[in-house]
Amino acid sequence: MDQFLQQLVNGLSLGSIYALVALGYTMVYGIIKLINFAHGDVYMIGAYTAYWVTTYFGLSFLPALLVCMVVCGLLGVLIERIAYKPLRKAPRITALITAIGVSYVIEYTTQFFMGTSVRTYPPLLPNQSWTFGPITITYLQFVIFSVTLVLCVLLTLIIQKTKIGRAMRAVSADENAAKLMGISVDNTISFTFFLGSALAGAAGILVGIYYNSATPLMGMVPGLKAFVAAVFGGIGSIPGAMVGGLFIGICETLVTAYGNSMYRDAIVYGILILVLIIRPAGLFGKAEKEKV
Amino acid sequence: MAELLKVSSLSKNFGGLAAVSGINMSINEGELIGLIGPNGAGKTTLFNLLTGVYTPSEGLIELETTQGKKQIGGLAPYKITELGLARTFQNIRLFKSMSVLDNVKTAMQKNVGYGVPSALLRTAKFYNAERWVEEKAEEYLKDVGLYKKRFEAADNLPYGEQRRLEIARALATEPKILFLDEPAAGMNPQETAELTDLIDHLRKKYNLTVILIEHDMSLVMNVCERIYVLNYGKLIASGSPEEIQNNEFVISAYLGEEI
Repeated sequence: MDQFLQQLVNGLSLGSIYALVALGYTMVYGIIKLINFAHGDVYMIGAYTAYWVTTYFGLSFLPALLVCMVVCGLLGVLIERIAYKPLRKAPRITALITAIGVSYVIEYTTQFFMGTSVRTYPPLLPNQSWTFGPITITYLQFVIFSVTLVLCVLLTLIIQKTKIGRAMRAVSADENAAKLMGISVDNTISFTFFLGSALAGAAGILVGIYYNSATPLMGMVPGLKAFVAAVFGGIGSIPGAMVGGLFIGICETLVTAYGNSMYRDAIVYGILILVLIIRPAGLFGKAEKEKV
Repeated sequence: MAELLKVSSLSKNFGGLAAVSGINMSINEGELIGLIGPNGAGKTTLFNLLTGVYTPSEGLIELETTQGKKQIGGLAPYKITELGLARTFQNIRLFKSMSVLDNVKTAMQKNVGYGVPSALLRTAKFYNAERWVEEKAEEYLKDVGLYKKRFEAADNLPYGEQRRLEIARALATEPKILFLDEPAAGMNPQETAELTDLIDHLRKKYNLTVILIEHDMSLVMNVCERIYVLNYGKLIASGSPEEIQNNEFVISAYLGEEI
């Protein structure tokens, strides 16, 4: 039991990171119905940005986090403007393939400039931990929880309570009607990319510190897992992405702890298949009824 | 009465099909104009051209603005909305999953003056602006009699109320000209009568110029001061309700010609 609780804490911290990345997938899908496969690479750029600003400019954790979020947010906007905007009227599969292309471009451009070697970070957070009965929480885990929590609350407030949030929901519900109600669809989509990518940036620095490494291809697998988390929660649903991310994180950790870590990914994807058979729209997703 | 909107030789072709061609219209401030015609005559296409959904193939749409006359044909829809044109849709297009109140608030983008930074920092400016938006949106809902249902999801309203919510949402963009695309479609005679009163009330309260497409002749003949008739994409008549009722082109367009 003690070990179970401890593993739960570990799983939650990994899951928080998946949740942050999954939010970006789900927001972009919600607004333009595109699976942005380059999203995992934005998260990788977040980890590299963190490496740069902490190693060469000596920034401490919080400023580095902010810089990562802004850099990744802008990168997201740039990707949208260059690669997806010209294709907005094209069939969806075109944009999807473009997204895969963008993903490779980012990965190998990074590899070209940074090389394939693993980069490590200077110590950013105190090496401290607290013990509550059977559970030990490291300083880093505490930071991961709090950053994720704060960002999720902020995101929810932005979407539910502000005018740009209303615009995002309106564009997602009916793009053409939104246009005619005075909403600039282009700006709203850019802002959505900014938010989603900034969250990936935050995840990037957290993971970078967690594993103390940054590599050009580090975005692929976690990106895919976060995508699974988003689909699991119901793609397009923000609470779905949060819950989905946490769930996948916990599953992975428990399977590694109690089962065989070799089967970790197989079990995660197995669960996804099961959920999709029982609830094809995901946990929080709404099945779209076809009107006849 | 000053001229507010002038349309000259406006045409739209889809491939080889001329959906509307050579339309000339002149709308004065404060008028209530009806746009009628048989199905497929091009009425909604004309609305789409005027509100920026389509770019005209030919012709001009000129709006009198505070900076003088401005050609608005082909501008981005949100810019046209900013200049004071708003519309409702023939097939209702509300933001279904959002609340009634949020639907109206969404349409108030241009008049909410705060950026994302002040929203994040929750500044006084943000709170004041949001409070103002809320009060204003509630007032529009009172106008159309939906205040009590403001927290319901738009999708859950009955049909007639969804139509009225669309009108409230269009009002929230603070238009000078309001375009109503078949506002009475699917309503029973009593609902239509209520709608007629509502349009009249809103028009006076907000100083609106209204242009409406409608098949319900009781509504058109009752409230419209001037009527334009379209058939096969061309304007075949315009004038007062009496003139239109007795116009032989209109009669033949609707009833066919005598053999």
